Amino acid sequence: MMFRRSIGDFSVPDTGMEDAAAPPTFPQAVAQFNPDYFLRIKPGEAWFGSGKNASGVEGQASSSGGLHAEQHFEFERPVRPGDVLYATEKAGKTWEKESKRAGKLMFSERIIEYRDADGTLVCTARGVGVKTERPVDQG
Amino acid sequence: MTIKASEISVGDTFEEVLVEDLKRTQLVMYSGTSGDYNPLHSDDKYTTEAAGYPGVFAHGMLTMGMTGRVVTNLFGPENVKKYGVRFTNQVWPGDDLTGKAVIEAIREEGGETLVDLAITTTNQNGDVVVMGNATGRVEA
Repeated sequence: MMFRRSIGDFSVPDTGMEDAAAPPTFPQAVAQFNPDYFLRIKPGEAWFGSGKNASGVEGQASSSGGLHAEQHFEFERPVRPGDVLYATEKAGKTWEKESKRAGKLMFSERIIEYRDADGTLVCTARGVGVKTERPVDQG
Repeated sequence: MTIKASEISVGDTFEEVLVEDLKRTQLVMYSGTSGDYNPLHSDDKYTTEAAGYPGVFAHGMLTMGMTGRVVTNLFGPENVKKYGVRFTNQVWPGDDLTGKAVIEAIREEGGETLVDLAITTTNQNGDVVVMGNATGRVEA
């Protein structure tokens, strides 16, 4: 419900009880359930981001931080409220390309398979991230 | 209303305004629901001073999520089999986005009627910000 609201999808009335299938991009919110996700705040660690000073995530390059280049979802069945899914992640291909707007582009693919408790595949998500040599030129 | 195979033809186009004057509030909301707290999407100080961008910009996945409304409105969320995009331009606060789906094929596979869509979302300047494809099950 919260996720649907955040993408401006009001096709399902907010009753808190709805059992409509999740929007197709919802599996991306798996980050919420991954205790090791690098953008997750952890007990005993400082929040990242700018306080007095401009700051990002400790140890991450600033200007060449990753951008999202592609994302693909393939569903064997819809994801519904109440589902408990198990995610396994594996690295895919990597490749490089030169671009006029951002210098050298380094692409890397990441594949996440979501399975139910029986091990049956529900959804495959393939993401491609890109690290740019410099910020993308807006001209 | 979802589409039926008998009521559509290859080449039919469906357009939907996804957002007008995209607000930073929505970026913050999407960070919260997705767990993607990358400071590029919420922290103007970091994004301008450290990362070298003119300001915070939208998560690609927010644009993909908003664009997905075109897909789920045509198929119903339970009938989406594939949905994939490439992010071709950044989306900024203040942008107006329009999503477009063109019917590329209507076909039978494994006893189901499937429809393939070509998807593009453009901003107020006509720049394509995401482009991709989707496939869904429809009634015959």
